[in-house]
Amino acid sequence: MTILAARDIGISFGGVKAIDDVSFAVSPGQILSIIGPNGAGKTTLFNIVSGVYERDQGQVELSGEDVTGLTPDKLATRGLSRTFQNLQIFQRMTAAENVMVGRHLRERCNLLADLFRLPSVTRQNAETRDAALAFLDDVGLRSSADVPAGSLSYGACKRLEIARALASEPRVLLLDEPAAGCNAVETEEIEELIRRVAAKGIAVVLVEHDMKLVMKISNHILVLNRGKPIAEGKPQEVRDNPAVLEAYLGKHGAREAARA
Amino acid sequence: MLQKIGYRYLILIALAVVVAVLPLIFPSSYYFRVASLVWVSALAAIGLNVLMGSAGQVSLGHAGFFGIGAYAVAIGPAHFGIPPWAALLLGCIISSLLAYLVGRPILKLKGHYLAIATLGLGVLVALVITTESRWTGGPDGMPVAKLVLFGWRVSGSDTWYWVTGGLLILGTWIALNLNDTPTGRAFRALHDSEVAARVAGINVARFKLQAFVIAAAYASIAGSALALMNGFINPDQAGFLHSVEMVTMVVLGGLGSVVGSIVGAAVLITLPQVLTVFQEYEHLLLGFIIIVSMIFMRDGIVPTLSRILAKRTQA
Repeated sequence: MTILAARDIGISFGGVKAIDDVSFAVSPGQILSIIGPNGAGKTTLFNIVSGVYERDQGQVELSGEDVTGLTPDKLATRGLSRTFQNLQIFQRMTAAENVMVGRHLRERCNLLADLFRLPSVTRQNAETRDAALAFLDDVGLRSSADVPAGSLSYGACKRLEIARALASEPRVLLLDEPAAGCNAVETEEIEELIRRVAAKGIAVVLVEHDMKLVMKISNHILVLNRGKPIAEGKPQEVRDNPAVLEAYLGKHGAREAARA
Repeated sequence: MLQKIGYRYLILIALAVVVAVLPLIFPSSYYFRVASLVWVSALAAIGLNVLMGSAGQVSLGHAGFFGIGAYAVAIGPAHFGIPPWAALLLGCIISSLLAYLVGRPILKLKGHYLAIATLGLGVLVALVITTESRWTGGPDGMPVAKLVLFGWRVSGSDTWYWVTGGLLILGTWIALNLNDTPTGRAFRALHDSEVAARVAGINVARFKLQAFVIAAAYASIAGSALALMNGFINPDQAGFLHSVEMVTMVVLGGLGSVVGSIVGAAVLITLPQVLTVFQEYEHLLLGFIIIVSMIFMRDGIVPTLSRILAKRTQA
């Protein structure tokens, strides 16, 4: 059963085809990884699927409905959330507030009630904060709840983004390089976290450069190079695919690798 | 969160104490007038701070809404026989409606482009007020009828001191309320990262518009209060220089800080009064002080001072 499907996606920037005929599908509880050398178009693909960019061709389906061209906030209401490769943290808010923003769709938001801070608003605020603290706990940031997000370490910000994305209780989660800049211990924590997320039945699409992590947790891998899909399949199949080795290491490198 | 709620009431109590105690040290009714002017300006600045400090959108035409509020209480009673208090509400509704209609297209713009568009809006309002002299008295301005509430004739600088002080406390309460609510968080989120806010499900256009309308309503009510207090109004109140003055209050006091907006207004209103002893050097000194304080307190007076204070108490 597919929850998120992208079909024949294509986009050009000034005549350069950044994404050309890329398709993928992911089911609840599955982890799909999209890998490829730098500039392969992984983040661009994420930006199209999450509604940040407008694609030139192709179609995105979420829960069987055509959602092509919907804005990110509309997609969020349908259960799609994501993190960003270059951090998009609310710097001037505390860690807890960041995650509380992630609860936006789970909250009733009425301007007049908010202006006069009706008792219902105060009550809801407490509930939202409790929920946010639970999500922070999930990523190991509970103790930093009231620290301004701008003063958190890079690795902590990465996890904060995941907590914020999870706070909306999405059905599909797009993670853009969650382990980038993390040390071995942090990477292991992220791996555990992604496994737990998938175990809850959330479909995870992962863009990641840490191959050890990708090979360990992916159910399925899609390899892009220069905007085109060059291979896909189970981790083992992709690992042994000569086209993949060539894309990463070049022709010479691939020969060396085969000999090794 | 409990701390935050306590903090909110602490500010309100402190403000109420300041408003209540200041008259005890005022030697003449002139001081009541200056203080009332501070309260009114602070009210407008607090509203603009919701737009600029929280939601991070600039408006260089906010005096336009101030002017609409001011002329509503002048024109309403004079030409249509509407009681002043109703004209105040009507002015607030007109300002909010105008902000809503104009905000929809122009809030799609960002940064400098938004600044220019709002500037245009402000200039347009001032232009209409100046040229429609049949209604507004033109560049010479027009008198404003006295405010009468339930048979009580509101007049005298000490009376207006309490009325404007009360309005300021109410406005402060509402602005402080907003900060830690879904709406306030949405404002602050879209300020820091629009794309992340959208991914969190926030309808960015809608919340920008809400902030714009709130700021316009504040400015309009402040404008009405000033016109009723002065008993006279001229187009300068809707002019570009006044818009700049409002922005300066917000930035000088500290973007995003409600207390900052009050302090910014207080500094910008009282400083010229203090500096009059330097006669022709008054404006020179005023400019110099603003430049120096922006260099040394880039985040504004209140955020900078509270950070220094927090460091001191930690050490």
